[in-house]
Amino acid sequence: MKLVLGHLYPEYLNIYADRGNIAVLTQRAAWRGIEVEVLAIGLGDAVPARADLLYVGGGQDREQALVAPDMAAKAEGLRSSLDAGAALLAVCGGYQLLGRSYVDAAGALLPGAGILPLHTEAGRRRLIGDVLLECELEPGSPRTLAGFENHAGRTLLDEGALPLGRVLAGFGNDGQSGFEGCRLGRALGTYLHGPLLPRNPWLADWLIAEALARQNGGVPPQLAPLGDALESAAHDVAARRARERGGRF
Amino acid sequence: MRLTCEIAVAQAVGALSRRSGRGGGTTLPGKVLLRLDDGAVTRLAARLPEGVAIVSATNGKTTTSALAARILGEGRLLCHNASGANLLSGVASTLLDSRGSDMALLEVDEAALPEVLRRIEPRALVLGNLFRDQLDRYGELESLATAWRAAVRVLPASTRLVVNADDPVLGNLAAGRAGSVTYGVDDPAQARPSLQHAADSKYCVSCGAPYDYAAAYVGHLGDYRCPSCGNTRPPLQVAARSVRLDGLEGACFDLVTPAGTCPVRLPLPGLYNVYNALAAAALCHALDTPLAALVAGLESALPAWGRFERIAVGDGKTVTLLLVKNPAGANEAVRTLLSGAEPPKLALVALNDQTADGRDVSWIWDVDYEPLLAVADRLVASGDRAAELALRFRYGGMAEDAVEVVPALEEALDRALALTPAGGELVVLPTYTAMLALRRILAARGHVRNFWDAA
Repeated sequence: MKLVLGHLYPEYLNIYADRGNIAVLTQRAAWRGIEVEVLAIGLGDAVPARADLLYVGGGQDREQALVAPDMAAKAEGLRSSLDAGAALLAVCGGYQLLGRSYVDAAGALLPGAGILPLHTEAGRRRLIGDVLLECELEPGSPRTLAGFENHAGRTLLDEGALPLGRVLAGFGNDGQSGFEGCRLGRALGTYLHGPLLPRNPWLADWLIAEALARQNGGVPPQLAPLGDALESAAHDVAARRARERGGRF
Repeated sequence: MRLTCEIAVAQAVGALSRRSGRGGGTTLPGKVLLRLDDGAVTRLAARLPEGVAIVSATNGKTTTSALAARILGEGRLLCHNASGANLLSGVASTLLDSRGSDMALLEVDEAALPEVLRRIEPRALVLGNLFRDQLDRYGELESLATAWRAAVRVLPASTRLVVNADDPVLGNLAAGRAGSVTYGVDDPAQARPSLQHAADSKYCVSCGAPYDYAAAYVGHLGDYRCPSCGNTRPPLQVAARSVRLDGLEGACFDLVTPAGTCPVRLPLPGLYNVYNALAAAALCHALDTPLAALVAGLESALPAWGRFERIAVGDGKTVTLLLVKNPAGANEAVRTLLSGAEPPKLALVALNDQTADGRDVSWIWDVDYEPLLAVADRLVASGDRAAELALRFRYGGMAEDAVEVVPALEEALDRALALTPAGGELVVLPTYTAMLALRRILAARGHVRNFWDAA
């Protein structure tokens, strides 16, 4: 099996160690004998139909503003990729840009791609700190995600939209709703960086399996388990940090 | 009279703090003074006959001011916050002890710079660099840059501005300002083959187009030009040419100044220390120091504690501490280690996540550790986030059994020393609080002094 990973705007949206997420996806696939090809998708590039998994990272306001119009122009391509079964992970700035719009600290409205059912407005105080979520991507098997958040944006989900998880400690989407991130089928958006995947390997594996589903008759393939002792040690420290000192108003 | 009373009260508090074993008392007296009288700092600064020089930057402010102190301290009594207490409270504490001094030399935290400049009109101000650092604490680099620009706009005309022209965020701050001094590296042979992953400011400050780099030296520092609007690195008044890096032994370069050119043998390693030397030389040039004194000061440099220290620990073994606190600094530490004749086979890397380290540890994924991973046989990962660090090395391609995870610092130090051959050198790359803790361990064993005594 081969996994094609499309990395959107690696030159612009890379502020919180996004390449750590890419390294984890690549290595964990490779350790299972799955070949990985990483494609950079830059300004003006079309979203390649052969990308099984799309990744969008975070940037500062300045980089985000440079990218926003292009992201909006890619909406059609992104939507048809997702319709064709691609999986997606968007972190922080990338998460915001996949929503309908982002109103920045200066009041300027940046159009988004309108892929995820949400919009974002900059708040006065930044929401910064360790975070811990509980997610249930597969009904009946709740898992936790430990990460770090640092965002001025307050993200508001549309009525009926699904969050990625419930906030156990930290701020989450807006510091009030008790929810974090957004899920739309195989597409996930979140504020958690840190980077997210090294210490939450189950999510990396979920994304890899979902991305490969379309090559496996629509069913996510079973991935061979890896040891993950180091990964869980890192998760446990981060989870403890979130419980001890995660952000709250 | 009022100032005298305030000073006495604040100093008594500092003495009590030291005597009660709570540490150096390097910020508490300043906090007391600021509480008693917010204007006292301004008046303390104004009584110094040769004024105040300020150094601010993300990376290198402690080393730059230590180098400037070697030069300016010749024939002058300097008041200098050498312990690194560089917030407003530390500045106030330092000025409290300035009676009889000729001049104050202050390193100032990059986020604290605007509030310090509201209280002190410096005779000279060095703006060294802005790198991505502790985003959880400082916010975005761009908002810091905006605050610096606003502070520079209202500086009195009498302040000599000293600017690193190689930093595109800062380069144009000197434009149109009389008496300003620009500095930078002028040696394409030292350029990186491409911009590093962690380079922060790749897009033109005026128009947003990606810069063309004729040479990229450290992070986004280099010889840049915007192909779209023509915004470019300003001409260098103080520069380093013909640079030669000798691993951990030091660096040689030709120091070019408006007063002439002279070869310098700098006893500090790495291109980042060449930048620190240039900043110190440009500052002292702006304060009318002759070239010969610049060179003598730089060549007699002693490393700032914990930044780069070689500590003998018995058995002929040496512990070499290289502080790393952000991607740009860590990349330079790695490059320096690999530029020597014998790249290290073993290193102890320690990652803490206290406030002073940055609670967000994501930055380790932006560091290019890969050249070190390629030559090292073994790495010991330590600190509060040892497992996270070990994951970085492992996903970076290091074999599982080549990475040892020992979270407790003392235990990790002993393990790494046991792996070091007799007569060998153990390289340690700690974050800030890990460096302090390791130094405390070495001090308890009688190998180094505590920082408030050493400074």
